[in-house]
Amino acid sequence: MGSASLLVLIVSAVVFAAGGILVGKLFIKGTKNPQKGQAYECGILAKGIGWNQFNVGYYLFALIFLIFDVELIFLYPWAVVAKKSGWMAFGEILVFLFILFMGFLYAHRKGALKWI
Amino acid sequence: MLSLEGITDSIHNWLNHALNPTLAMLSEFVMVGLCVITLFAMLGLVLIMMERKVSAYMQVRIGPNRVGPGGMFQTLADTLKLVVKEGLTPDGADHFLFNLAPFVVLSASMLALAPVAFAKGFQVWDLPIGILYVSAISSVSVIGILMAGWASNNKYSLLGAMRSGAQIVSYELSAGLSVLTIVILTGSLRISDIIQAQQDGWWIFKGHIPAIIAFVIFLIAVTAETNRAPFDMAEAESELTAGFHTEYSGMKFALFFLAEYVNIFIVCAIGAALFFGGWMPFHIGHWESFNHIMDFIPSSIWFTGKTFALIFVIMWFRWTFPRLRIDQLLNLEWKYLLPISMANLLLTTFVAIKGWYF
Repeated sequence: MGSASLLVLIVSAVVFAAGGILVGKLFIKGTKNPQKGQAYECGILAKGIGWNQFNVGYYLFALIFLIFDVELIFLYPWAVVAKKSGWMAFGEILVFLFILFMGFLYAHRKGALKWI
Repeated sequence: MLSLEGITDSIHNWLNHALNPTLAMLSEFVMVGLCVITLFAMLGLVLIMMERKVSAYMQVRIGPNRVGPGGMFQTLADTLKLVVKEGLTPDGADHFLFNLAPFVVLSASMLALAPVAFAKGFQVWDLPIGILYVSAISSVSVIGILMAGWASNNKYSLLGAMRSGAQIVSYELSAGLSVLTIVILTGSLRISDIIQAQQDGWWIFKGHIPAIIAFVIFLIAVTAETNRAPFDMAEAESELTAGFHTEYSGMKFALFFLAEYVNIFIVCAIGAALFFGGWMPFHIGHWESFNHIMDFIPSSIWFTGKTFALIFVIMWFRWTFPRLRIDQLLNLEWKYLLPISMANLLLTTFVAIKGWYF
């Protein structure tokens, strides 16, 4: 079908989601109640603001992921031709993975993979 | 023989014969859209029913059995209930992002359907970089999840979204690396090429040790990527009530739920295509008569059988393993799965170049 199918899929996703929500709107007779708008904290009144501080560890993992994900993208074109290129490809990937693994070890030694 | 490919071809020919090209193309688009929407709704109903029945039988219960024969219409009734529930937006929430998030998540899982081969020659778009496309699109849903968690202005949602983000992002790496082993063996990123390469046996048999290691890693990684137990940190009920969709109700909640189940279907379909030959019947080398007998079973049945078998395995996981803690979860990925899959990549390259596969 070609690239037009992406447009078709996005449009059908939006139609599906919007359709469901709109059909719901037709049936609902919402009542006003100030308690309805409160954040849900298991029945207790919500304390403080929802946008709290969170663990810095999430950022660290996101950063390491970024390095490895870029590496993964580089591997895709390599993988397609790996069998054809023979030992040349094997040597290249050995060097590539070695450098990468050194980076991984560095992150590990620095304690970036440890959950605080 | 009646096949899905034949049906689509005849519809295509008839449309082009009866209408002018533009109109024929437009009506094809509408038909594809309708088919995909129907598939989505059906998948939601079937998979949720399956989940409930499988969990019930694993816990020696019967499960839903009141609505319809054997409780078959239970999910339909639940959907109806969800449709008529009021969709609330909390006062403190970021209204725009809060309402946008379900659309993003649903669009991501809808887009990932494009390269899935449902039967021989029955694919929405057989694009030349199919596998890369799936891994790219499936990481878009993280944005939707983070959006939902952040916009809710709720502590549980924020924590759930952060956990989910870290988890999906981490496990994507080993999923990608295990997919690469099959790409090396096949030498193509196109899904139909990968399936065609398994004409004389599935990769899990032909690729022996590296393929089996890759399959195990793939299965663990996609379980984590779809936020399934034992990796359901993002919505651990006992800690975070419902994680990133705590504040969602009514149809918006249903959309998150649906997208989650469709994602399970998609990763299982991709896993079936990579390791079990997708719609390819069970063939053994050059046993022509055996292969011919296997060909009598339609390709769509092969595809559905393999996909649902994998889905069953993922549901089985849920009742077998206890939930991991977030640090154990990240440890498992970064200290075990990632080095193993990197070593497996080297092993696969070695095997592929030496020609030590069948």
